[in-house]
Amino acid sequence: MRFGVVIFPGSNCEVDCYHVIDRVLGMDVEYIWHQDTDVSSYDCLVLPGGFSYGDYLRCGAIARFSPVMEAVKEYAQGGGLVIGICNGFQILLEAGLLPGAMLQNTSLHFICRFVDLKVENAATPWTNRGEQGQVLSIPINHYEGNYVADKATHRKLVEEGRVILRYCDQKGEVTAKANPNGALDNIAGICNEGFNVFGLMPHPERAAENILGSTDGLVIWESVMAHFEEKR
Amino acid sequence: MTELYQELGLTEDEYRDIIRILGREPNKVELGMYSLMWSEHCSYKSSKMALSQLPTRASYVLQGPGENAGIIDIGGGLAVAFKMESHNHPSAVEPYQGAATGIGGIVRDIFTMGARPIACLDPLRFGDPDKARTRYLLSGVVAGIAGYGNCLGIPTVGGDIYFDQCYDENPLVNVMCVGLMSKEAIIRGQARGVGNAVVLIGNRTGRDGIGGASILASQEFDETSQEKRPSVQVGDPFTEKLLIEACLELLEKDLLVGLQDLGAAGISCACSETAARGNVGMQVNLERVPLREEMEPFEIMISESQERMLAVVEPDKLEEVLEICKRWGLNVVIIGEVTEGDLLEIDWYGEKVAEVPASTLASGPVYDRPAERPDYIDEVQSYDMDKLEHPEDYNQVLLDLVGGPNLCDKRWVYEQYDHMIQLNTVVYPGSDAAVLRVKGTSKALAISCDGNSRYVYLDPYLGTQIVVAEAARNVVAAGGVPMAMTNCLNFGSPERSDIFWQFREAVRGLADAARFMEIPVVSGNVSFYNESYGEAIYPTPVVGMVGLIGNMANRLTIGFPEEGLAVVMLGETKEELGGSEYLKRVHGLVAGKPPSLDLRMEKNVQATCIEAIRLGLIKSAHDCSEGGAAVALLECCCAGGVGASLEVDEGASPIYWLFSESQSRFVVTIEDKDLPFLEELAVKRDVPYTVLGRTTGGRLKINDWIDLAIEDMNGSREEALDKILAGGTKD
Repeated sequence: MRFGVVIFPGSNCEVDCYHVIDRVLGMDVEYIWHQDTDVSSYDCLVLPGGFSYGDYLRCGAIARFSPVMEAVKEYAQGGGLVIGICNGFQILLEAGLLPGAMLQNTSLHFICRFVDLKVENAATPWTNRGEQGQVLSIPINHYEGNYVADKATHRKLVEEGRVILRYCDQKGEVTAKANPNGALDNIAGICNEGFNVFGLMPHPERAAENILGSTDGLVIWESVMAHFEEKR
Repeated sequence: MTELYQELGLTEDEYRDIIRILGREPNKVELGMYSLMWSEHCSYKSSKMALSQLPTRASYVLQGPGENAGIIDIGGGLAVAFKMESHNHPSAVEPYQGAATGIGGIVRDIFTMGARPIACLDPLRFGDPDKARTRYLLSGVVAGIAGYGNCLGIPTVGGDIYFDQCYDENPLVNVMCVGLMSKEAIIRGQARGVGNAVVLIGNRTGRDGIGGASILASQEFDETSQEKRPSVQVGDPFTEKLLIEACLELLEKDLLVGLQDLGAAGISCACSETAARGNVGMQVNLERVPLREEMEPFEIMISESQERMLAVVEPDKLEEVLEICKRWGLNVVIIGEVTEGDLLEIDWYGEKVAEVPASTLASGPVYDRPAERPDYIDEVQSYDMDKLEHPEDYNQVLLDLVGGPNLCDKRWVYEQYDHMIQLNTVVYPGSDAAVLRVKGTSKALAISCDGNSRYVYLDPYLGTQIVVAEAARNVVAAGGVPMAMTNCLNFGSPERSDIFWQFREAVRGLADAARFMEIPVVSGNVSFYNESYGEAIYPTPVVGMVGLIGNMANRLTIGFPEEGLAVVMLGETKEELGGSEYLKRVHGLVAGKPPSLDLRMEKNVQATCIEAIRLGLIKSAHDCSEGGAAVALLECCCAGGVGASLEVDEGASPIYWLFSESQSRFVVTIEDKDLPFLEELAVKRDVPYTVLGRTTGGRLKINDWIDLAIEDMNGSREEALDKILAGGTKD
């Protein structure tokens, strides 16, 4: 399986994603420059975290105009697997590949810490190695992760099982107290209608090695690998 | 011209020296250049003599002081570059941008040497937490560090924070950056090769930060300080991130002869320092500098606009250099060339606007300032402790100590920093030292910053020795062998004899401790004029210690890891309350002598601890420092979520045993079966060794003095900063 990690100017988690795919998962991986326009040779695209173009405007608002994003859109519309992590998620929202938008965290602070996440749908390309209701410990690292969507969109996401991850407490209870950023309905990660595009605020690449405190992020990486194998 | 040189901060003598050097009156541009380069901030004119006594060498030191950062060899072809700096005055005037550009500056110092920045640490000092200004400064500084550092993708893994009213007007924002590099990749801030091109990379130059080094950093504060806001630079972390990537790519492809960042004193400093280091001259066409706004030569020369780098490039490599910079979306222009001789010539549309010997800019005057022991020392040291009446509810005292601003949980701060990116942080903030793995090896780095200024105020010589000892001890507790240190020396005005005495004594203490412990000082920074309305801050030397863990599996944290372990104290608890947090928090006193320090014993205790860690005997380790043994034990319980039941010297006075801040002590945990081995190691080096009790349950119990549940202790320490920031506390 061949991963492509997109680098926008200001991306800063691309090296970490590369490290985990290459060294921990043992998969093929290459960087994709934001000016590249052909992404057809990859089996999964990763839009990594960071501060694309400094995020001086709305997060991801400029990155979506990068030449590579046209190719990413085409790739996603053709059913290709795309995961957007943190800033990558924000870019997917701005590009219209996922519905909704991000506001600043309600604390008005940047937050970097481990959070607990409930797997709300384990029957997706991104979570099939997990269990329904499983609690994952994975770090978040953002200033704008307060997910919002209009009522109709929200209802549709819930009804179609497209809310993949919610912030929860250690026991898996989805509570207001366990919500670190004010996100609507504790939403931490969602999919598109085809479930081939996944956006999430937590960083699964930061929870892929025991020495870093958690390997729960592997559920996501290994799921997409299993999905790919199965489809092939 | 007379008024101008004074306005620019030069003395009459210095002005006369400039005339002597040039053989004529300087013009305005030249005067601007000298005023910055000869400012205290850039020239170290008051500190140079004292600093020369610091030990700077060891077999593994690849670069000592004098360059942009110090570098040590950690084996396997790898090297570590690091340095600490201050951005105190800008942060006092504009906390967000002041702190942000502080990060930007120190990070540039590291990648300028060819190293990829892998960690930042930020020692911060603020005033009385009850004051609205303190909350404004704290929030702004932390947000500025987060806003800039997080964007760069460099984890902020440590630092420390103390509050004291001496920092009310003049907070301290010290910033340290650590970089990792291949030993071969070291590049210096040197111009070489006549005919080579001088290339300016990065942001356009604007009017921000005009005269930062002379106007802000080298003068005390008064009611006009807010008017100095235009002297604070504005940070652009996005461009800095691109600069890092572009410069490291240029270095990796071996395209540069020299590289220098533009920091204080901007183009003046970068050109004169690189030329002076390379014993060459430089000719610059100033009109080629990309500008944000219309500016005159004087302003361009002294602007401190951020995110700019100066590179020296051989002509045949120019094209590739320009191409790479453009691919990263950076401005890049050839502004001049390296010339024979030692003249720095600045042209403006063909007209010469400055012509000065580069070396005379880079090596400013040197002053031997008068120093006199201040009277307050005797007064504070002779305070009669015996007359104090001590409280008897030790539980309450302990909760009160850890519920205070200095010893409380600092999660509110470090959770605003990305402390995980790059996937190297294997001991997260909140322990004695941050630990970063070195990918591709079994090694890790242990890094700690320390600086108890209360001790230094009470006794500058002894206090500074303690700063060094404690920084090393923190590295040891994490399993590291201290290798080298950097520092930032924050003091009042060197023109005052009492302050200068503090400075000299502190540097003597630093030098003696470093020499005895065989830990070289490889880089550092001096920040004078930390005064406002005539009041100086406590003398505040801060040390950043870097240690090496040979096998990262040996890294330790402070938390009690499990029940049923023996809790052992290495070192001796003495009756020493001078300068303690207990005295300050409970009695409102800053008095007495700092705890005694026997450097030989310190070294022996550290050696015992590190040997036991290497042998795999020890399960957790924590140094005893501010707040004494009681606070150290509480932190071990809270960090590990495991309590302890301890029976200690019944005959001891509880206040002393619990809260004395005696040096050279560790609290460690160990399995019973390994106790004899640890005892043997301790006895071998004459290190006092006491089994205090065992880890058990969810409470900390010490004799019938202390009995507290972990959740209550956590509650007290976790709420503290929130309360302070809500403005709801009253000390």
